[in-house]
Amino acid sequence: MYANHPNKKSMQPIRLILSACFAMLGLIASGTATANPKIQHWTTANGARIYFVPSPELPIVDIRVVFDAGSARDGTHSGLARLTNSLLNQGASKFDADQIAERLDGIGAKLDTSSYRDMAIVSLRSLTEPSLLDPALDIMTLVVSQPSFPEAAFKLEQKRTLIAVRGEKESPSAIAEKAFFAAIYGKHPYATPSLGTEESVAALTRQDVADFHQRYYVGHNAVVAIVGAIDRTAAEKIAEKVVGKLPAGETAAALPPVQSLAAAKVEHIPYPSAQTHILVGQPGISRDDSDYFPLVLGNHVLGGSGLVSRMADEVREKRGLAYSAYSYFAPMHVAGPFTAGLQTRNEKAEAALKVLQDTLRDFIAKGPTAAELSAAKKNITGGFALNLDSNAKIVDNLASIGFYKLPLDYLDTYNQHIEAVTADQIRAAFQRRVHPQDMVTVMVGGETAATAAKP
Amino acid sequence: MLTFKRLLMLCLLFPLGAAADNPAVHELTLKNGLKVIVKEDHRSPVVVSQVWYKVGSSYEHDGITGLSHALEHMMFKGTPKHGPNEFSRIIAENGGRENAFTSRDYTAYFQQLEKNRLKVSFELEADRMRNLTLSPKEFAKEIQVVMEERRMRTDDDPESLTDEQFNAVAFLNSAYRIPVIGWMDDLKSMRVDDLRKWYETWYAPNNATLVVVGDVRPQHVFEMAKKYFGPLKPSTIPEVKPRQEIPQTGIRRITVKAPAELPYIVMGYKVPVLHTAKIEWEPYALEVLSGILDGGDSARLPKDLIRGSQVAAQTSAGYSLDARNDYLLELDGTPAQGHDIGELEKALREQVQKLRDDLVNEDELKRVKAQVVASDVYQRDSVFYQAMQIGSLESVGLGWQVGDQYVDKVKAVTAEQVRDVARKYLIDDHLTVAVLDPLPISDEEKMRRSQHSGGDNVR
Repeated sequence: MYANHPNKKSMQPIRLILSACFAMLGLIASGTATANPKIQHWTTANGARIYFVPSPELPIVDIRVVFDAGSARDGTHSGLARLTNSLLNQGASKFDADQIAERLDGIGAKLDTSSYRDMAIVSLRSLTEPSLLDPALDIMTLVVSQPSFPEAAFKLEQKRTLIAVRGEKESPSAIAEKAFFAAIYGKHPYATPSLGTEESVAALTRQDVADFHQRYYVGHNAVVAIVGAIDRTAAEKIAEKVVGKLPAGETAAALPPVQSLAAAKVEHIPYPSAQTHILVGQPGISRDDSDYFPLVLGNHVLGGSGLVSRMADEVREKRGLAYSAYSYFAPMHVAGPFTAGLQTRNEKAEAALKVLQDTLRDFIAKGPTAAELSAAKKNITGGFALNLDSNAKIVDNLASIGFYKLPLDYLDTYNQHIEAVTADQIRAAFQRRVHPQDMVTVMVGGETAATAAKP
Repeated sequence: MLTFKRLLMLCLLFPLGAAADNPAVHELTLKNGLKVIVKEDHRSPVVVSQVWYKVGSSYEHDGITGLSHALEHMMFKGTPKHGPNEFSRIIAENGGRENAFTSRDYTAYFQQLEKNRLKVSFELEADRMRNLTLSPKEFAKEIQVVMEERRMRTDDDPESLTDEQFNAVAFLNSAYRIPVIGWMDDLKSMRVDDLRKWYETWYAPNNATLVVVGDVRPQHVFEMAKKYFGPLKPSTIPEVKPRQEIPQTGIRRITVKAPAELPYIVMGYKVPVLHTAKIEWEPYALEVLSGILDGGDSARLPKDLIRGSQVAAQTSAGYSLDARNDYLLELDGTPAQGHDIGELEKALREQVQKLRDDLVNEDELKRVKAQVVASDVYQRDSVFYQAMQIGSLESVGLGWQVGDQYVDKVKAVTAEQVRDVARKYLIDDHLTVAVLDPLPISDEEKMRRSQHSGGDNVR
């Protein structure tokens, strides 16, 4: 975000890590009654759900197509969903990867593919000038509906994925996250990394990818969010063009529920780093959880509001033990993780872990103070407009609302939901749902500097 | 990891830009020297306020590296009026988001707020511009936080570690050799008095720019700025020595060994920037050259090295024309499985040679320019980015107006000019190369590598 300098490491934003967590949380806050975007919604004949907000000021249109085709759908082929998604623009219909790229770059359009545990995404940003938008939509349509998965492109992406998997082995935070998900999700589809493992990726075939696309990239499994300087008629045409010709197919089956953890588990992974990365947590909540508001608001106080949260205050501000210390719920289709984490110099790992645990236990026992609760509410509701101050953010919110089937007045009522939460409800929800005695603890690091041969 | 890097490089490519129909920018310099710049954007009821100080790591010298960044951290630790961390709590209670960043050439603080809360930000920023407490007790804790930040971002990230040493070797006397976060040894010996001296030297209204973008009226913002910042006393700002890098007269090469899984190479050629260029079009030609290499998926590096010869698993190029002093055009990459770092270096240098030998073709040139034109509009979707652009251009001494000329200057670049700058600047005598040589991470890996010694292409 701040990389406007040739050296990508030249900037030192003090809270980058925390803001990344915030984005992952996908928090859609609400507040005053001012001009929430009015969401228009319809369904195409083949079952795709469309969400549209006109935004006339800039000559831009953003289109985000989201399929329920993230790595939770990998089955026994870990890495398949992501590989499929990353291959979409590497060959479609009669065009190869070079031709697709040349056509998009030549009109200044940006087409991106990305995938996570729940979602597989294709997004486009283009200028609205028809001589630019029309060819951009042509390419997007082919990429979504007629990817050709050329054998050569498949082999190349497979090899690059294997390198990316290896690359994660030199990042203590990536190692920790992988172990954390494996430990809290066991045999659940969320357990495996989206990227896959070296063994699973090596075993994938082009046919696996083609089959996966045929099964999951279908009308009933698609959500489209559109924001830009176009009217409803134009939006309908765009939706019809991009996803209207997809086979109707079937909605992906509901994911299995996540099992609660039965006992505490500590995993220490030695790594030759100066710091130990610590993650503590358990399965958390789904997007439609009845405790959503008390837990998310409570966590805002506990570890979700940057340096003013308790976790950061105890670990960083009072003791200087870490650059970032946080906690968050990541609500997903089924229970996404509740995570508390930090990273600290190896010799302080045990001390910092204890502070994290004490902070968590204390919050569960007592809940937020009246002052903390009031401040958190003011922060979330008073900053509402900041969540919707660009087309990019609006399309992001639309896609979430559509994908998780949240009500169309979600943005209008969010504020009321937040205001209605009491300290008692937060304490009760945390006591019912958050169980430090059964949590997973992952610690990566701790090998001495001598072993690491630090220069 | 790969995706993240890719995104960053796209940002690097087109750092500036504004079109003719861009809303007007209004500026006013207060009597104490504070320059206030306001740009209206009425799409949403929000405002971003940023205070930019002309100080960063390129103002530092050996022994005191990291001072600017450490001071940035301490700016949240209170004044006589507001205790430690109060700043953040007040902004949060007002529904705001805030942060700060330090770069080589500037240090900036920002708040994003609902439009009616702007005065909250002004009151707090004005207060900490001149009245910072800098308590030894708070510093003792905060310098530990900075060291943790360094361990996380640099020491435990092998590519970042390589980049840091690459910079220190590429520049001998230019302050661009100094890492923004500072050398660990300097952080360990830093004292709160060093920070106080630094703060008193550089933090003054006549060394700062206040940038406000959002749903505001310029006159109203100017009045408020006068009220809150107007009473602050200016300082005598020391002359900034040029410290222009001595001419490089031969290739430089280092190896960095660190626990890692993948090898990595970073290469940089000394090039001028807008602020230093004697020939005005040259930085724009270098900007286009960088786009030819890495502007979009159709550019040469992804097309030829990732998809074509498949020698690279990842590769990128970057140039920023808005540095304060001569900088680098950089190329970096990770070899694909089955290729080594030597092959990747050869391929990257062949790409450079091609730019010297042949004119880029018209289609390539058109694609780069089409992306610049479009990105210029896309960037206006972000209120924050618009303020960033104004603030950074002002802070390096170029002036925000340069942003408005950017698209036209890029559009005017010819294929001949691209070849000319390649021939003039992308030469071996101006090249620095750093290679990350991975050390085994785990015992198991050490075993595996010793069994395969000789046949292993990892190095």
